[in-house]
Amino acid sequence: MAHNPPARLPVPNEAQINRDLLGPLFKTGPKYYVMLAVLLAVTGMVFVAWFFQLAYGIGMAGKNRPSFWGLYITTFVFWIGISHAGTLISAILRVVQAEWRRPITRCAEAITTFALCTGSLFPIVHLGRAWLFYWMVPYPNSRYLWPNFQSPLMWDFIAINTYLTGSVTYLYLPMIPDMAVARDKSTGWRRKVYRILALGWRGTEREWVRLEKAISIMALIIIPVAVSVHTIVSWDFAMTLMPMWRSTIFGPYFVVGAIFSGIAALLIAMVLIRKYFKLELYLQPIHFDNLAKMLFAMSLLWFYFTFTEYLVTWYGNEAPEMPVFWSKISGRFAPLFWLMVVCNFIIPFPILAIKKLRTIPLIFFASVCILVGMWLERFLIIVPTLTHPYLPYNYGTYWPSLTEAAIASGTLGLFVLLYFLFAKFSPMISIWEYQEGLQVAAKHAGELAEPTFAGQTVPGDVHPGH
Amino acid sequence: MPQWGMTVDLDRCTGCEACVVACHAENNLPVVGPEQAAIGRTHQWIRVERYWEGEFPNIRARFMPVMCQQCDAAPCEPVCPVNATYHTPDGLNAQVYNRCVGTRFCANNCPYTVRYFTWFTPEWPSPLNEQLNPDVSIRTSGIMEKCTFCVQRIRRAQDTAKDEKRDVRDGDIQPACAQACPAKVLVFGDLSDPDSQVSHLAHSRRGYRLLEELGTRPRVVYLKEAGA
Repeated sequence: MAHNPPARLPVPNEAQINRDLLGPLFKTGPKYYVMLAVLLAVTGMVFVAWFFQLAYGIGMAGKNRPSFWGLYITTFVFWIGISHAGTLISAILRVVQAEWRRPITRCAEAITTFALCTGSLFPIVHLGRAWLFYWMVPYPNSRYLWPNFQSPLMWDFIAINTYLTGSVTYLYLPMIPDMAVARDKSTGWRRKVYRILALGWRGTEREWVRLEKAISIMALIIIPVAVSVHTIVSWDFAMTLMPMWRSTIFGPYFVVGAIFSGIAALLIAMVLIRKYFKLELYLQPIHFDNLAKMLFAMSLLWFYFTFTEYLVTWYGNEAPEMPVFWSKISGRFAPLFWLMVVCNFIIPFPILAIKKLRTIPLIFFASVCILVGMWLERFLIIVPTLTHPYLPYNYGTYWPSLTEAAIASGTLGLFVLLYFLFAKFSPMISIWEYQEGLQVAAKHAGELAEPTFAGQTVPGDVHPGH
Repeated sequence: MPQWGMTVDLDRCTGCEACVVACHAENNLPVVGPEQAAIGRTHQWIRVERYWEGEFPNIRARFMPVMCQQCDAAPCEPVCPVNATYHTPDGLNAQVYNRCVGTRFCANNCPYTVRYFTWFTPEWPSPLNEQLNPDVSIRTSGIMEKCTFCVQRIRRAQDTAKDEKRDVRDGDIQPACAQACPAKVLVFGDLSDPDSQVSHLAHSRRGYRLLEELGTRPRVVYLKEAGA
């Protein structure tokens, strides 16, 4: 094992941390308003298109018989997948006490919350009578009408609400001390808002103990919840009779795909945050490198699941499944299918596997490819099956309409808008956790030969077993 | 409790589609026009599927009327999140239009693809709006619908029989499609009555059920001579 001298970067002091991380909350440049206007316009497009769909009927979306589902459900599954970024990175890394997680957790948890907000719009947008969506809520009523608890959609509704509640709590808990810092540094109406959100935080020993305990409990709870959410989303398909949907591996396949796209989304967010908030000192190459390795593992897992799924279908050679299979491999959907394989495996594989290529710009490029590929994956699960039902007389086609495309693509704007506003409101790197990391590092300096603490090292510095 | 069922004699079907027209008239099915039809938005609670057999010149057209199979183990029922589709005690797979929120999950899980969705509020240009059947509700936009076995005719026949203090007789009830069929392909009746015509036909050695291997236990029995 090579013994490179540890390449240390300067450690920011408390004043500098506060300036760097709290700065974006109080300083607003002209660029900010331009970006805000663009995002509001894109989000506005979503709601205008949705208004027309509500006014004229769900027929404004390009769906038909037999393709009763299309872009909306594809995009729904896509966003729920993205939401797995926060949970995995933050909760799992917290539980295993990986020190390098510290500057990453906040932006990851925020992705979970806002991707869920965006994704959970879709099952409502998709309804024929969207204004009646609350009939899925089990509320007491005079006619004793209850939702059907046998329906996977009902499980979805419950799972997503649980996940949303859990992830908002999990995002908020570690924010409390930061809200207190923001309260102490701000004036006027901002001070009032932060005072409410800081919940009277004073930073006593007892408060810290309780906070740490609450965070560890939430981290443990949120992991199984996240796994169950995407498993249940997969059951929307796997519980049916339809060819190439009724697959027993859909649960883990979807969870792997979700974590895969989630890490990619997190990397994209981190690159942008690092660039625009000038946080090079906090988000260092080692963070990207570590996440890229996880992304590589997920890419391999995704390929393994996809290969297994298609090989078994082909070998089984069942009459109803083969038209769906061939439409993806060599038929009408083949260009999309092979683009998916290129985006999810062929491009990311060398970038993430070869150390020299694992640079921040290339990781960013691979992550964008993966998001495109994972969106295509969901589309290719939904549409080819629906357009090739059992009775061949009913084979159909599906082309998204303008309304549908505007809503589905515009929610990217909605998500970025929510994330963007959040970055104005809360430090994107958890200040206290970061400082705690520095303290841990200082305490162990000289004691531990494995300096993996809060971004104080560059990749060449890590020597397991040294 | 009667158990309603139907037989479809494929050896008799000429593919004339009189059943389709009769169904449109009886059940207030909207006619959506050529543009909507081209993108797969027609309403045909019963449709005649046409398959070609062999190569030209030795080619034969095969016709198969397909309507809701009223499955005993209907895959559409458990997936509805609001219980808008359920099973009646007399074996009908019922759709409650008022309760439907339009997730379309039921249609995705129907292996026969016999569920039809109302994409837009249906319109009938005058004077066609004057010929709507008052016994059948007009469906609003955004809900799922499908063949009901002409439940309005079943209930009316049961009411009449009750008024006349007798049981419903075999042949009292005819769904619109069966009534219109010139070749007598479609026979409707009570499968729990061993003497009904439909029971006799359903037990014919020519009988089979559509996609039986899926375990949906359809109430519709198709009749077809092997090799004919």
